[in-house]
Amino acid sequence: MKLLTYTKQDTFVHHLSGVTKLFFFLLWCVVSGLTYDTRVLAVMIAVSMWVIWDSRAKWEQFAGIAKLMAFFMIINVVCIFFFSPYIGCEIYNSRTDLLHLFGNYTITAEQLFYSLNVMMKYFTIVPSAFAFMVSTDPSEFAASMNGVGIKYTAAYSVSIALRYIPNVQSDYRRIKNAQEARGIEMSGKAKPIERLKRTSSIIFPMLFSSMDRIDVVSNAMQLRGFGKKKKRTWYAGVPLSRADKTVIVLCIAFSAAALWLTFYDGNRFYNPFQ
Amino acid sequence: MKNNNVRNVVAIGIGTALYVVLSFIYIPLGAIPNTGLMPSLSIIAFFSAVFGPVVGAAIGLIGQLIYSLITGGVWWSWLFPMAIPAIAIGLFKGKYNVKEGGFGGRQIAVFNIAQVIGNAIAWAFLAPVLDILIYSEPANKVFLQGIGAFVGDIIVMGVLGTILLAAYSKVSGKSAGLKKED
Repeated sequence: MKLLTYTKQDTFVHHLSGVTKLFFFLLWCVVSGLTYDTRVLAVMIAVSMWVIWDSRAKWEQFAGIAKLMAFFMIINVVCIFFFSPYIGCEIYNSRTDLLHLFGNYTITAEQLFYSLNVMMKYFTIVPSAFAFMVSTDPSEFAASMNGVGIKYTAAYSVSIALRYIPNVQSDYRRIKNAQEARGIEMSGKAKPIERLKRTSSIIFPMLFSSMDRIDVVSNAMQLRGFGKKKKRTWYAGVPLSRADKTVIVLCIAFSAAALWLTFYDGNRFYNPFQ
Repeated sequence: MKNNNVRNVVAIGIGTALYVVLSFIYIPLGAIPNTGLMPSLSIIAFFSAVFGPVVGAAIGLIGQLIYSLITGGVWWSWLFPMAIPAIAIGLFKGKYNVKEGGFGGRQIAVFNIAQVIGNAIAWAFLAPVLDILIYSEPANKVFLQGIGAFVGDIIVMGVLGTILLAAYSKVSGKSAGLKKED
């Protein structure tokens, strides 16, 4: 199974420069972090969904991660409920009881609405993150990061990371299968500390092959004169197109509008209860 | 000097890839919800001890950023503290002698003291405070999660980090082939 690998496609999202997508992304993260305004979140989810639809990412590519995300999301919401069942009421300054559970725990409409907002935050980012991973060529990404003023050595580190994630992933699978074939139990049957020690039987071979890989790759780069000069040129570099500039301007406009809508009443929460 | 620079660039890249892939292994502890053992943290501890604070911190920040982007959005409050244990461990890089094969009792003690202090600052204090400031989450929940993360992280770095460093030190030091006789 291929996971977060770049695949060449002919879509709008693929043609955008890596930096444009990164910019979109960072703004998206900041806005989604700051706002609790349900209307803003809804628009952001719609855009994210469109992006992943356009990037033609396949469901199998990210089904596993999506399930993990759903798991964390549900735990977080349940946790918030059990630690402070009435935080929604405090935030929205009203209380509508729906269902009494036990003791001091009553489900209120405000708490449900707050939880909905917390969950929506997840959906604003994750789909576009997948789209970014499958639609961005690591080399082009490094070039365009350097193009906007990031040091090229730093850009190269990120590009190497994105490039080697699939390799490390297949290493991981191979080594895990080999260890399980030798009878090392990796599943939930063992105790936590025992399992932790056993994961070292996977991590250690991976770490070794990675240390070798670091030697090989850094030698190869040094032989080609990497790091000698302050600047370098890029094979995969492409100047920002008109579409890129349009997207950047739209992103800024949207973020400004979203933040204004969120904060103009002095409160980051959208309150339908008043 | 130049030589090290290129190696560090590559080490950050490949270390980050390792961190991201291993982040998907997660061992729940059960006692505190939403916290557990994350073996991937041992990668940060390892790279900090071998390559120094900059490499370790960069792996923590970039790796956690990529991982959290693909699993559910960035919690900025839990991202930035990632760098602190790495810096704490990396500051004493010169003392560990990992590559020379000298990672033994004293070095293990220094490594573990550094990681416990770094993790304490990062998770028991900084992350919950940022959580309250940025996300207005309930205080008792985030401090409990912070303590949970602190305990989980010192276990991972202490057990797994020490095992990895000691084993790697043993193997990589062998090429020198010389042992001091008593």
